[in-house]
Order: sequence, then structure tokens, then C-alpha cells
Amino acid sequence: MNLTAIKTIYIAEMARAMRTVAQSIVSPVLSTSLYFVVFGSAIGSRISQVNGIEYGSFIVPGLIMLMLLTQSVSNASFGIFFPRFTGSIYEVLSAPITPLEIVIGFVGAAASKSIILGLIVLATASLFVPFTIAHPLMMLLFLVLTALTFSLLGFIIGIWADGFEKLQLVPLLIITPLTFLGGTFYSIDMLPPVWQTVTLFNPVVYLVSGFRWSFYGMGDVSIWVSLGMITLFMAICLVIVQAIFRSGYRLKP
Amino acid sequence: MQEAMIEIEGLRKVYSGGFEALKGVDLSIRRGEIFALLGPNGAGKTTLISVVCGLVNPSAGQVRVDGYDILDDFREARSRIGLVPQELTNEAFSTVWDTVSFSRGLFGKPRDPAHIEKVLRSLSLWDKRRNRLITLSGGMKRRVLIAKALAHEPEVLFLDEPTAGVDVELRRDMWEVVRGLRDNGVTIILTTHYIEEAEEMADRIGVIRSGELVLVEEKQELMRSLGSKELTLHLHEPVTAIPDVLSRFDLRLAEDGHALIYSYDATREDSNPRGGIADLLAEVESAGLGFKDLHTRQSSLEEIFVNLVRERT
Repeated sequence: MNLTAIKTIYIAEMARAMRTVAQSIVSPVLSTSLYFVVFGSAIGSRISQVNGIEYGSFIVPGLIMLMLLTQSVSNASFGIFFPRFTGSIYEVLSAPITPLEIVIGFVGAAASKSIILGLIVLATASLFVPFTIAHPLMMLLFLVLTALTFSLLGFIIGIWADGFEKLQLVPLLIITPLTFLGGTFYSIDMLPPVWQTVTLFNPVVYLVSGFRWSFYGMGDVSIWVSLGMITLFMAICLVIVQAIFRSGYRLKP
Repeated sequence: MQEAMIEIEGLRKVYSGGFEALKGVDLSIRRGEIFALLGPNGAGKTTLISVVCGLVNPSAGQVRVDGYDILDDFREARSRIGLVPQELTNEAFSTVWDTVSFSRGLFGKPRDPAHIEKVLRSLSLWDKRRNRLITLSGGMKRRVLIAKALAHEPEVLFLDEPTAGVDVELRRDMWEVVRGLRDNGVTIILTTHYIEEAEEMADRIGVIRSGELVLVEEKQELMRSLGSKELTLHLHEPVTAIPDVLSRFDLRLAEDGHALIYSYDATREDSNPRGGIADLLAEVESAGLGFKDLHTRQSSLEEIFVNLVRERT
């Protein structure tokens, strides 16, 4: 394995984030803080407990997951789309590296940024609302698995997109709505029975539920189902990425 | 015979739309030579380079670099190749130093600031090492692309239209760099539209047209065939026929008898059995033909290609 090449891509991608530190870190932290101020402190204080947890504390895992999903997709899609857009991708494709090494470099960097952001948002949340983390290792595992999976999805989007508009399309039209409807701000027990069934088709429900379980020991679905689902999503993304490199789709004619 | 650095056998490329860009190309490039690949736009030059470098998947055929197959042993093959693409493709916000170091790392080579410095100095980029690429001129960006290609110390360097759109001074500088690389044993393949570039640089020249390699020759031999020039004499009075005294010059009448055209080989003018230009002018004078103007013209590369291809097919 060409570890030097992986490290080179990883460091270059992390350096790019540092060059745009305002967009990369300040912006998501600020927007998530606003959620805590509005939903956690202002409105949350007027909402009764959810499953025995203060509302402000209840939404912490969901908000971190919202930020994690959108940032993972955004970081990874931009990371691979930008060199495609400028044409500098030629260098990566003509280097003595395998597709797997390319993916590890780009997706690893995107996931790392998201994880760092997740931890920063977690620290920020503690300034606004009280919360506990019942299973910290499981919380970290979910953080890493989710960041990796959605960075893989972002990588796929970055290869699929043929313009900046499409880069925004999936996060705006799919990821954000699914996250909002995936139990970020409520427990699915609060929905009418029909919608409880419908919402089980939303993959984000399993992520938010699993992540919330790691905080409070309770979720909408079993922790094992959540882990199984995130593993399944990751496997699907890996299969798609493999197919992309095998066919050369939008990379090699 | 010199050892082959690149061996291409039966290489075909058919794009998904059905366009056949390469039609069974066979080519052997010798270790340490400068090989110029000439051809009109769309002839397949860039596709050929892209296949060897791993940017385009071949439809059929085999390519070996230093004996390593570009598909089965791609790590070994690609690690020997440096590529300077035709387009100015750079990450705008990186610095010169960072982007060149990035290229070295991509090829799995450990950090070597001394080598990067040497490359940057050789391309007059050292003073610009902290500049972001977006602030550089087109010529400087072109140099950066060359520096990136040299960062991992390749044994083979592909230069795809390296001097397109750059000024004369930079072009001369690049030629010097390329010569220096060749002197250090690097095999160089360049594509160009500039005949003088091929003439200045190449040891051998290949001409590709419509995906087919129509000839590969030593430069000296090809230059001889490309050396054809035309001298046009604009006469005071039109003539209806060429006087017999001028028959040995194989002249042509043009412009309804107002002009005489003399085709000659400029590289062999001294030993021309028909006599040289001076002889012609003297004979024209003695034949009583006055001329008011004259000019010479060398065939354009486009015409040369057309003629060569017509002759060879």
C-alpha cells in the first residue's frame, strides 16, 4: 500500500480545510449553536420532557448528527469535485496508487474533519444545555462510522456531480429533510402510528436513534439495528465506489 | 538497436460514443531519446499519452513502460512517468512549494526539500515558491506543471503541448530544461504543433493522423522531406508558356501567367543539380522576363502533414 500517497492526499485535504477555516469550522459551529439557542434554550424550556429527558438535552445527539451528515457529505463531495472541476485530478489518476488508496485519502480527510467538528459541536452544546454520555465508546463508534459512511456518500456525489449546483442538490433536497424527519427534534413515538411506520424507511432514523442511545441509553430502535443499518449503508457506498473506479465513471473515459 | 523504454502494441481506443481515437498504434520509444509526436488537432496525440499515463482506459492492445505493463504492473509503470498536461490545471489556492511537494508525495516518494528546490530553481520558480498559483501568470503556471511532473524524478516525461501559448523566451527556457533532462537520461515524449520545436528538440518524430501512426522517422530524415520551400516571382508582363531555357527548374505558371513558382529543397540548395536560386534569377533575366517582386514561403505544418499523409497512404 502506498502509505505516503495516502498521507499526502490526507494532509493536502486537511490543509485545504485550514485555509478555509471560517467556512469549515466556524460556520457549522455557529449554525448548530443557533439551533441550541432557539430549540434548546428558548423554545425547549417551554416543552415538556421527552422520554424523561429535558428537551434541550434530548436534541443534542440529533443536532450533532445533523451537522455530521451534512458536513461529511459536503466535505467529501467538494474534496473530489474540486480537482475534477479544475482538471488537477489527472495527477491523482496517473499516480501509482490504487482506487482504495485514493478513497482512504479523500474520505479519511473528510471524515476526520466531520469528526473534529462533531466533537467541537458537542463541546459547544455543553455551554447551552446539560447532558450526559452513557456510552462514550459507542458514541465515538457511531460518530466515526457515520462520518465515514456519509463521507463515502459525499465522495460518490462529488464524482457524480457535473456542476456546483448538483453538489448542493443532494445535501439540500435529501440529507437535510431526512435528518429533520429522522427524529432529530422529536422521538418517533410522538408521531401518529402511520407516520411511525413510514419514518422507519428513513435511514437517518437509525443513525439518530443509535447516537441518542449512546448518550441516554434509549432510542427509537434497538442499538443493534442501528449498528446494522449504518454498516449496511457503508457497505452499499463501498460497492458503489468500487463500481465507479471499475467502470471509470466520470473519472476515466 | 537501443533499448525500448516504452513499447506500444496494437493500441486501440474507442470512446463510449463510438469514436475510434486510436486505431491499432504500434510504437517503440527508445530509452533516453526525445520523441516528438506531431499531428493535427484530434489526431489522437493526447489520447495516446493519456492511455500510457493511466488517464484513459485502452480498448485493446498492450503498453509497457520499462518492461512493466501499464495495467498489470501499473504501480511500477506509473512511478516512472511524469506528465505535463496540455491544459493549465492547478489547484488555484495552493502555493508553488506545496503543490510540487504534493506531486512528489502522490508518487510515494519521501519528502526531499533539496530536490524540490533544485527543480524550482531550474525552472526559475524558486522566487515564487511561496506564491499561490492563482497569482501566477500563464507561463509561470506552465512551469509549475513541469515542476510537478519532475517532482518524483521520473524516467519518462510526457509533455503534451508544453509551449502552447507561451512566449518565445519561456519556450527557449523550456527547451533548455528538456535538453538538460535528456542529458540526465530521461526519456521525453512531446506533442507539439510547432515544427520548429520538433526540429529544435527531437531525435525522432512520429506523425499521427486520425488515430493512426503514419510515420516514425529520424528527425534529420524528416526535416529533409519537410524542407520544401517555394519561390514566387511576380512578372511585369504575363507569359503564356515557360521559356525552354528555364525548363530545368521545373517551374509552374500561376496567376494567369503573371507569376512563376519555383519549388526547392532549402536544405540542399547548395547541391541542387538544377541550379540554385541565383542561377534561376540569372536565367529569368536572360530570358527577358522582368519581375517586380518575389517572395518565398515554407509549407505550413498543416500542409506538411497533409502531404506526408497523402504520400504514405
